[in-house]
Amino acid sequence: MGLEFDKDKPIYQQLIERLSGDIIRGVRKPGDKLPSVREYAIEVGVNANTVQRVYREMEAMELTETRRGQGSFITENEARLDKLRASKKTDLVKSFIANVEAYGFSKAEIVELVRREIQ
Amino acid sequence: MIELNNVKKSYGSTKALQCVSLTLETGKIIGIAGENGSGKSTLLKSLAGVSPIDSGSILIDGKPVSRKDAERIAYLPDADMFYPYFTVGQMFAYYRSQFADFNEVKAKEVLDFLEVPLSSKMKTLSKGMRGRAKMAATLGRESRYYLMDEPFSGLDPMVRGDLVKGLLRFTDLERQTLILSTHEIREVETLLDELVLLKGGNVLAHRQLDDIRDETGQDTVEWMTKGTKAGAAG
Repeated sequence: MGLEFDKDKPIYQQLIERLSGDIIRGVRKPGDKLPSVREYAIEVGVNANTVQRVYREMEAMELTETRRGQGSFITENEARLDKLRASKKTDLVKSFIANVEAYGFSKAEIVELVRREIQ
Repeated sequence: MIELNNVKKSYGSTKALQCVSLTLETGKIIGIAGENGSGKSTLLKSLAGVSPIDSGSILIDGKPVSRKDAERIAYLPDADMFYPYFTVGQMFAYYRSQFADFNEVKAKEVLDFLEVPLSSKMKTLSKGMRGRAKMAATLGRESRYYLMDEPFSGLDPMVRGDLVKGLLRFTDLERQTLILSTHEIREVETLLDELVLLKGGNVLAHRQLDDIRDETGQDTVEWMTKGTKAGAAG
């Protein structure tokens, strides 16, 4: 059945992250139609109200557009998608730094190590 | 909408519902949780109109609940209430004779989706298969309200998963409302909009599940356990 969810984070947020991830990775492309609320609810194993909220919030975030009578589509606004990618990248790096710093490694050490490992 | 006002119900000297006031909106999936003996089954029976309350009032869509409401509410009891020698097909025929809103085509569609043969006898079915057949009969009814008492209890995870899928596929929250009781919230937490937590016949809390996760950063079970112990959840 459906997806596994973290039990301590709101499900609608986890689904927004999941769909955003699909967009960034190119699994869902600009202009692609999202499944209907009902279809997606059944697919991931959550209630339709939760998916409704996900679609509503993603539209407010301008990541999707609703076309009347046709459903929700991923935005083709490249500037918005670049912003999504940039903010994901920043989040990932920030959380990485916070993790490493929690172990007491210095910023200089981190930069040095990243430079070496990335080669 | 379902409105309960100061609902009280005792069995002899045991107070099953102390004083319950609660408003349940339509178009939601609502869980009723609590330890054994907290009043879950009594609450559902009272809502379904199969067990009269001692005092207070229950209004469904503005009208008081009575025995006749068994017709407008699809109630799935915890106990097996079927004639064991019935086949699933005969059980459907019985449902058709009892409930005007029973749609046999839909019931068969659910049965097919849950992969239970129509010709099997209830008594020879495993617990899991019987749970599926009962679910099909209940969802076969085109009711505005479905009340399900422990629909997943004692079933293995695969059966539970299939039943959850069936529930999502064969109900429509734009016109229907689902209320289900469970003492195993893990079974259903991704499914629910709201949770009503009972303790000792009282409502301890009534919350949106995503709000609980958002505000407390706790999972529902953790929140519930703390709330039940403290006697009042936030």
